[in-house]
Amino acid sequence: MSLTEQQIRTAVLEELGNVAPDAELDGLDPSEDLRDALDIDSMDHLNLMIALHKRLGIEIPERDYPKLLTVDAAVAYLLARAG
Amino acid sequence: MADILMPSLGADMESGRLAEWLIKPGDSVAHGDVIAVVETQKGAIEIEAFDSGRVASLEIAEGEEVPVGTVIARLGAPGEATAAAPASAPSAPPPAAPAPAPSAPAPTPVAAPSPAPAGPRRRVSPAARRLAETLGVDLAGVEGRGPQGAVVSSDVRRAAETTRAAAPAATQQPARRRGLDLEEMRKAIAAAMARSKREIPHYYLATRVDLQAASDWLARRNAERPPEARLLISVLFLKATALALRDHGAFNGTYEEGAFRPGSGVHVGSAVAIRGGGLIAPAIHEVDHLDLDALMAKLRDLVERVRRGGLRSSELTDPTITVSSLGERGVESLFGVIYPPQVALLGFGRVSDQVVALDGAPAVRPTVELSLAADHRVTDGHRGGLFLRRIADLLQEPEQL
Repeated sequence: MSLTEQQIRTAVLEELGNVAPDAELDGLDPSEDLRDALDIDSMDHLNLMIALHKRLGIEIPERDYPKLLTVDAAVAYLLARAG
Repeated sequence: MADILMPSLGADMESGRLAEWLIKPGDSVAHGDVIAVVETQKGAIEIEAFDSGRVASLEIAEGEEVPVGTVIARLGAPGEATAAAPASAPSAPPPAAPAPAPSAPAPTPVAAPSPAPAGPRRRVSPAARRLAETLGVDLAGVEGRGPQGAVVSSDVRRAAETTRAAAPAATQQPARRRGLDLEEMRKAIAAAMARSKREIPHYYLATRVDLQAASDWLARRNAERPPEARLLISVLFLKATALALRDHGAFNGTYEEGAFRPGSGVHVGSAVAIRGGGLIAPAIHEVDHLDLDALMAKLRDLVERVRRGGLRSSELTDPTITVSSLGERGVESLFGVIYPPQVALLGFGRVSDQVVALDGAPAVRPTVELSLAADHRVTDGHRGGLFLRRIADLLQEPEQL
């Protein structure tokens, strides 16, 4: 399965909405740190990693979590690994 | 017969609004069943039954706000044929129940209190509830498209637009009580914290804890596991705290009517920040008996319900101590204000690398600043110091937690 960037971006935004249903995603700057932009805490971020792993089937080792702290960075990371 | 009362869900709750009944006359309820949703300053809380029995009558209607301690429903004994209950004569319309039948000035047909079906509990995120209140949208008629059918803000907005399109003029209710929840929550925090600082003679202690062993152990353990089985370091903090409390019971309990009352178990209130402001610290029960995986699952579930709605009354009333843990972000140390009637609050600051002296030479190690705010009426600094030392020691052997 090869995923397009658009598919991955959609997945990231949808799962973000599930993890933080009380956050306002409209107008989110995709290059902003999610922890600052949406007050995403470590539990929220871990839940996002779980959801993306399940949905896309892409391995995300814990040491790489810091590479997925913005929407853009997460999309780039997942795209590179989607092969 | 037993009366069900509007519960007090915190030292400073004066009244609650009954948002939704999940029972009706004739239903059987058991201890711990969720029977109603009550709107409080802390958001919508699921109320659990204390006694078991058959519902004889509901004494207040959905939408009514009553003071704490008001009878909201009556229970008969499990087998008892309650006079008022329609259970035995299902054909007759519910005779006794005074208030609830015609749910106030039912604005739309969908608002009838029928939708308490056998199905799973409907989740409504706190933000959605707030927005619905602001926009004057009746949640009963809103289709939930969030995770697991939860009603989220966008559902409320869509419902509001639909309604407005249908009846352009009617819904122009002035945006009454805008931002209700957060404002109310701020008031609740203000009242509780002011009372705390007025009544509780706090003392504060802090110590730096080396986390090399804990971090290494956690990294190794998480590396071999899929994301859903990974642990956060705050779970180690919770467990170490709970185990230390077994030997330091004087920090686990409440101070009421001039005396310390030890907790019935180790029920750790875990502070969760709420987006947009505010904070809530619901209990995880019997933390000292949970293994790390179970504790992680409980914490995850708790955070999810803070975000999405569905906190239960026992979680708000049971904490015997509070732990506030900043994780990877924020400042290095925090000193808490005790939540009355509890007698202690532990603060774990941000985990950060620090230069420390190790065997006479400088070394860089992951550390956390651990603080204790405690009630001087119950304990003193010496004991507090031993308690903190015990937590620090437990964190040196993470595999034992």
